[in-house]
Amino acid sequence: MSIKGVVAFEKKGSLKYILHEMKPRGKMLTPFNIISIPIIILGLVILVIRFVKGLGAVTNLSQDYPWGFWIGFDVVTGVAFAAGAYIITFVVYVMRVEKYHSIAKITVLNGFLAYVFYAGALILDLGKPWNIVNPIIGNSFGYNSVLFLVAWHFLLYMMAQLIEFFPVTAEWLGWKKVKRFMSTLTLGAVIFGITLSLLHQSGLGALFMMAKPKIHPLWYSEFIPLLFLTSSIPAGLSMIIFESTISHRVFRDIIDHNSHTPFEDIIIGLGKGAAISLFIYYFFKAIIFIHGRHWSLITDWWGVWYFIEVFGFVLLPCIMYANGVKSRNLGLIRSAAVITMIGIIINRLNISVITFNWNTPVKYFPSWMEIVVTLMIIFIEIWVLRWVVTRMNVFNYEDSH
Amino acid sequence: MNRRNFLKAIGAGLFSFSDEEAAAGTKNIKKEFIGVLTDTTRCIGCRSCEIACGKTHNLLVPDVEKDNALEKERSTSERQRTVVNRYKTEKGIFYVKKQCMHCWQPACSSACLTNAMLKTREGPIIWRSNMCMGCRFCMVSCPFNIPKFEYNKWNPNIVKCDMCWDRLQAGKQPACVEACPTGALIFGMKKDLMEIARTRIYRYPHKYVHQIYGENEVGGTGWLYLAAVPFEQLGFRTDLGNLPYPEYTKEFLYAVPAVILVVPPLLYGLSLLTENDKEDKL
Repeated sequence: MSIKGVVAFEKKGSLKYILHEMKPRGKMLTPFNIISIPIIILGLVILVIRFVKGLGAVTNLSQDYPWGFWIGFDVVTGVAFAAGAYIITFVVYVMRVEKYHSIAKITVLNGFLAYVFYAGALILDLGKPWNIVNPIIGNSFGYNSVLFLVAWHFLLYMMAQLIEFFPVTAEWLGWKKVKRFMSTLTLGAVIFGITLSLLHQSGLGALFMMAKPKIHPLWYSEFIPLLFLTSSIPAGLSMIIFESTISHRVFRDIIDHNSHTPFEDIIIGLGKGAAISLFIYYFFKAIIFIHGRHWSLITDWWGVWYFIEVFGFVLLPCIMYANGVKSRNLGLIRSAAVITMIGIIINRLNISVITFNWNTPVKYFPSWMEIVVTLMIIFIEIWVLRWVVTRMNVFNYEDSH
Repeated sequence: MNRRNFLKAIGAGLFSFSDEEAAAGTKNIKKEFIGVLTDTTRCIGCRSCEIACGKTHNLLVPDVEKDNALEKERSTSERQRTVVNRYKTEKGIFYVKKQCMHCWQPACSSACLTNAMLKTREGPIIWRSNMCMGCRFCMVSCPFNIPKFEYNKWNPNIVKCDMCWDRLQAGKQPACVEACPTGALIFGMKKDLMEIARTRIYRYPHKYVHQIYGENEVGGTGWLYLAAVPFEQLGFRTDLGNLPYPEYTKEFLYAVPAVILVVPPLLYGLSLLTENDKEDKL
């Protein structure tokens, strides 16, 4: 926090300080702003149309495709990418590996915002969003529903992440006692958060268990929940590598370069984790394929597509990660991260959209408006993230101690 | 029991149990579900059921004389809870009415996180607008693709057959059953319908295929079908299996309490093990 900020805070009280901090800083005409602002405005216009005229006015959803890009990409894929938070908090706060302590705060922040925006995107897809209170306040609990579980876990996990991140916010506001108190809750929130993550990462896969007659048998398996959970680990780690590479360029002025561990070592460590978890995921995929006796299914284009996913986007990045770690080649690790992320997108979309209704002639492709709204969500999230990291002490490791 | 008494009995049952939660466990609850038997060999494709359904539920009332709807295979829609399709088979032309199957253990209601989609004690699956949040998980889960969604409304509803729940409570039959001129539809207790269906197969073994669709499919359904030709030829999916669909998520849901109980102590124990002697504040 800047000296000026502290003075402003102590003189005027926190509300005025917050208002003071709300003001935008830095150049307005950056390439990112020039691209994102029109898309955000366009997205908001589309959302107005969506809430006035119904989902059919802006999406290509149909009676055969009740879930499309907003669920398949924003929610199902977005939450997989947000898995980094539970992995890093496990490593840092439970296993106490100090090496990754410097990225813990930014990862938790990223995870929290990802849940708020991508899991929150679920609301846009609801036909009657005002009834979302029903499964929350308890006048109508559908205990048997996987979605009930997932929705509750999203909510509770967001709270856990808020508790994990709150010391940073308290520090920004200068609330020293609050910060000390909230810090004592961190371990509890972390343990609670990891448990919830294990369940809802797999729960997102369990959502598709009853769609058995609709999903291609190469992708449908009773182990979808396990596959979703396992693949969330490389997804989360790759996202951290990808995201930190960008933020180290964009925010290089505010990142503490004196942290205990060189940034390079952190990336290599994450790459190692990604290589191992990708191999486990690949191993599960192979076992399910062989046990399911799926050889007869690979004779058509679906089979080719399946092998592209498994070899091109699971095994290949696994090998790239392993080689990158061995030769300390950061470029190779970063390429592997990007390929893994594409692979996760392909996998989640394969289950939720692409192979859904594979046996019927109807097809679905997202409308341009669905894509604009998705981009809008991503851009707003980045705006909020940028606002937080330029004001709160997210990157600087030493001061938070 | 004649039909009037039978209906009266059902009506009385429906009234006294109309508040499902309050009634739970208080009275001797009937375990038998009600349903409808469709004998596709008796259906003449007049689509009176479609008209009656549309009128009863303020949905599309088709102009059966002119719309040529039988020319192609249709599905139920957000404007029609039931449709009749025509199939050309090895034994000639048959008509099949399509609507919600009212499964005994329905995927849709186990998918519903608000209990808006409710399997009533009497058997019909009803949908309640004030609880639904419009997530369409029921549509994803239904093996028969029956629930439909009003995509072009700001306050959309799920549209699907509820076996004319309001009419049942008034002691009447479903509108489609009442409207059927040939007796192709029979309303009653599932066990009675099964007897009728079996009797017909025994008496006319060459007329019917020896299968009652809905007896075991997806764990049994409230709506049953008799046919003269294998059901694949009549647009039915015969690859859905006999396991009730909620079973597919059961293992996962059973694992949840175990994970909640086991993982946190495990993680806490791990964190104690890794604690440094130096008081290392988190």
